[in-house]
Amino acid sequence: MDRRSTNIFRTVDWTLLGMYLLLVFMGWLNIYAANYDTEHPSIFYAGKEYGKQFIWICIALVLGLVILAIDSQFFKDFAFIIYIIFTLLLVAVLIFGKEVNGAKSWFGVGSFGIQPSEFSKIGVALALSSYLKDFKPKFGKLKPILYSVGILGVPAILILLQPDAGTLLVYLAFVLVMYREGVTGNIVLFGISFLVLIIATMSLIVYETTLFDDSIKLNGLTILTFVIFVIAALSFFIIKNYVLPRARKKTQQKLILVTIVSVMCIWFISFVYHSDKILKPHHKSRIDILFGHKEDPSGAGYNVNQALTAIGSGGFSGKGYLDGVLTKFKYVPMQSTDFIFCTVGEEWGFIGSSIVILLLMGLILRLIYVAERQRSAFNRIFGYAVACILFMHVTINVGMAIGLVPVIGIPLPFFSYGGSSLFAFTFLLFIFIKLDSDRLTKLS
Amino acid sequence: MKANERTYVIVALFLFVALIFIGRLFFVQIVEDSWKLRSIKITERTVTQYPSRGLIFDRYNNVLVGNTAVYDLMVVPKKVEPFDTTYFCKILDLTKEDLIKKLKKARKYSRFKPSLLVAQIPAYNYADIAENMDKFPGFYSVPNTMRIYPDSAAPHVVGFVSEVNSKTVKNDHYYKSGDYIGVSGVEKKYEKVLRGKKGVSYMLVDVHNNVKGKYMEGRLDTASVSGDNLVSSIDLELQKWGEQLMKNKRGSIVAIEPSTGEILALVNNPSYNPNLLIGRQRSKNYSRLLVDTLKPLFNRALQAQYPPGSTFKLLNGLIGLQEGVITPYTYHSCYGGYSFGRRKLGCHSHRSPVNLLFSITTSCNAYYCNVFKDIIDKYPNAEAGYKAWRKHVVQFGLGDRLHVDLTGEAKGLVPKTTYYDRYYNKGSWKPHTIISLAIGQGELGVTPLQMANYTATIANRGHYITPHVIKQIGDSIIDPNAFGRHQTDIDRANFDLVVDAMENVILNGTGRGVKYDDTAICGKTGTAQNPHGKDHSIFIAFAPKDNPKIAIAVYVENVGYGSTWAAPITSLMIEKYLTRSTDRPRIEKKMLEANLLNN
Repeated sequence: MDRRSTNIFRTVDWTLLGMYLLLVFMGWLNIYAANYDTEHPSIFYAGKEYGKQFIWICIALVLGLVILAIDSQFFKDFAFIIYIIFTLLLVAVLIFGKEVNGAKSWFGVGSFGIQPSEFSKIGVALALSSYLKDFKPKFGKLKPILYSVGILGVPAILILLQPDAGTLLVYLAFVLVMYREGVTGNIVLFGISFLVLIIATMSLIVYETTLFDDSIKLNGLTILTFVIFVIAALSFFIIKNYVLPRARKKTQQKLILVTIVSVMCIWFISFVYHSDKILKPHHKSRIDILFGHKEDPSGAGYNVNQALTAIGSGGFSGKGYLDGVLTKFKYVPMQSTDFIFCTVGEEWGFIGSSIVILLLMGLILRLIYVAERQRSAFNRIFGYAVACILFMHVTINVGMAIGLVPVIGIPLPFFSYGGSSLFAFTFLLFIFIKLDSDRLTKLS
Repeated sequence: MKANERTYVIVALFLFVALIFIGRLFFVQIVEDSWKLRSIKITERTVTQYPSRGLIFDRYNNVLVGNTAVYDLMVVPKKVEPFDTTYFCKILDLTKEDLIKKLKKARKYSRFKPSLLVAQIPAYNYADIAENMDKFPGFYSVPNTMRIYPDSAAPHVVGFVSEVNSKTVKNDHYYKSGDYIGVSGVEKKYEKVLRGKKGVSYMLVDVHNNVKGKYMEGRLDTASVSGDNLVSSIDLELQKWGEQLMKNKRGSIVAIEPSTGEILALVNNPSYNPNLLIGRQRSKNYSRLLVDTLKPLFNRALQAQYPPGSTFKLLNGLIGLQEGVITPYTYHSCYGGYSFGRRKLGCHSHRSPVNLLFSITTSCNAYYCNVFKDIIDKYPNAEAGYKAWRKHVVQFGLGDRLHVDLTGEAKGLVPKTTYYDRYYNKGSWKPHTIISLAIGQGELGVTPLQMANYTATIANRGHYITPHVIKQIGDSIIDPNAFGRHQTDIDRANFDLVVDAMENVILNGTGRGVKYDDTAICGKTGTAQNPHGKDHSIFIAFAPKDNPKIAIAVYVENVGYGSTWAAPITSLMIEKYLTRSTDRPRIEKKMLEANLLNN
């Protein structure tokens, strides 16, 4: 026992740690490539993002070591305290934060900034783990669901106020965690559908297209309404054919209710969006920025087009490290942060990007594997939370770069430039590694 | 609690997403080519290196067509800052409205990419601009070249260049919109030689179109190759002298070196200054020239078709001798003309009877009516006779294009039998029906170039080399025979008889004014009847008689007899060419100062 507590490195999961180090290192190389500057060729040059990222990595490693040195019981005991502190930071950033790109999500400290919403995920993960660990057998009940939603909801609303759609979407990860812990599938389905509906509505709210020629104009919400009716009609026939007769009528009623609520929801959001009295112009412009309605300087899909061009031109084996023309000459916007995957795609090609995806997914699956071997519910839930958060980030970030997901700015874990996100992911991972390494000592 | 089942659902979801992503990457990066193409399209810019166009020299290496440095002023709208527009417009000779319009157009095209603002600013104007360039951020200049004609000579020979039209751009991938191409004369005929080869450099550009370096370190770049220089057969001094002589007259001079077919001078008047068709005023000036009632763009030497008049008698004499219907001792009587049926083709008064020598010296009409009739009548019918006659005529390069290396050449006209069949019904036309051909009138149409070539054929005693204006491309001298050598069926002995008679024209006949020293000149006057006004004055000649150096045809429109105007001009041209100077102030003054445009 003593030996274990004195030498943490005997019990840590080296696979996780190794994958982490590899990903961080690859991220750093790609940030170097994305900002490569012949005048400052040193990867350690602190005046450039790659040099700064090196500093962030060093700090992150030190912080990681500190976490490994802390007794894991600390995180269990102080889970709610940490949650409250981070949530208060979210309140503070709304008051004292500086506005960047129309969103109040940064604390400015000199030229550096801290993004509290990145850290709030840690608080939520800890608090949810702490709360859910005792409710496992009866999680189908309403009360624990409401509590859980409450834990999620408070920071979610605060983030929505910034507004920061990307981070908000990441909160969907916790729905997956709850699903694992036994919440009914329908509620998960409902929650996800509802969120998808809202995001779809907001994304399509100013979209307009024409059918055949200019005489028939279609706006996005009309199309969305139409799609909902089509889905409803299809569901209706599915119910008619596959649901048992005695449950059929009730299910059909539910379907009709859901359809009506959905459509009303769409048009209510539209009404709010277009009403000058409810929504002030600067709020509206924030929403516009959030959903990319105003970000496109060269028309719809400019960012995605540039990103796809960079990735697609990489071909099978890529153009070679530091030889990505689109990367070097700044064709892709935000290439060291949100669009870092383009650097991988262009310079390392299909092979490199597949390896990166497999590595990230490997890490996530390893997390699930390690979570499942925990004896403590807290540990397991937290492990799932980390895995699901990473999954959401990877899905949204890579999906956006390859044009499968709308442009929503969130970082690619361990890859994207930025201290806040690197620290937050490091904390999440290292807390879990620590929890895992202590699992034998604590419960025996 | 079915924990494991749910774990598998979650793991399946993760794997599913990973699979979708890798599948998508497979499509984007390996299957689809469009992204690769787009990547090349947006990151590369091809910069064309324009070669300098080949120069054109005269036969003594004087520059006929040169290049001069000009500057194209470019603008990158994004980089433009407020500047002193009044001053800017002043040095560029623009109006403010023009400037605003041009800037707006550039901005509409692209805010980051350079647009052409003002093309072809002459070097002397550019000096002002270059000094002040720092006051106008966003503007820069690109050196370019423009055609220049130091002596403004021979516009109808050298032709001109202009921007390619959209049709050419579409059909010929060499040209891009805004390129220049030869559209007439030597500039057009030798376009492929003169234009050289464009070079291309592939540049990498960033998202704002700033050049960031060379693509593949320039390994794919090609350097431009300058166009070949051409050496023309034109004698610039003779050409200019001819242009001076023809000033204020309507007509044409073509001079050929008989032994080579090289065109020594090709003069038209009314003409234009080729320097009008360059630079920024080009299109404005061109439209003006197009509507000018004097038709300065009309290339008379190649396009105007006149009856050859009495100069044609030489040819009928040659054919008569060859066909054996006359000998030097054959005499025909002439009492004021040639009577046939109830009609009479008149002649001036001279002694009778007339033999070949005297018929040419005095230009007797009746003699040639008899010769012509005898040639036709030698054959079983008029059609066969005419065909035999025509065969000889076309061998002198008449009635069809000579294929000179210039543009816009007319065919001329020596009617075929079918032509007369159409007019008079087959079999019903006789020698007398077409008797005016005997004296070079009637339906005949001959261009001054064809006339000069016909003269050269006589000078060569039986053959001609296709006339041409270019004798050397780059370093390689072209063998004149490559242009084509054409032999007539007429014996040399017959030519000697006619040439003797032509010499006599100068010594004792209608061309007495042509003689300027001991040089033996052979010539013939002609008068082309003109239904629209006064007759055209024609003179053809070659000199010296033996080993001729120059054959020349001179047309002066609407001035009457050949001896009055065409003959002295011919004489002055020959003298200039053979002696490099002239010293006959009285006749020079008369010719130079005569204004015959309003006849």
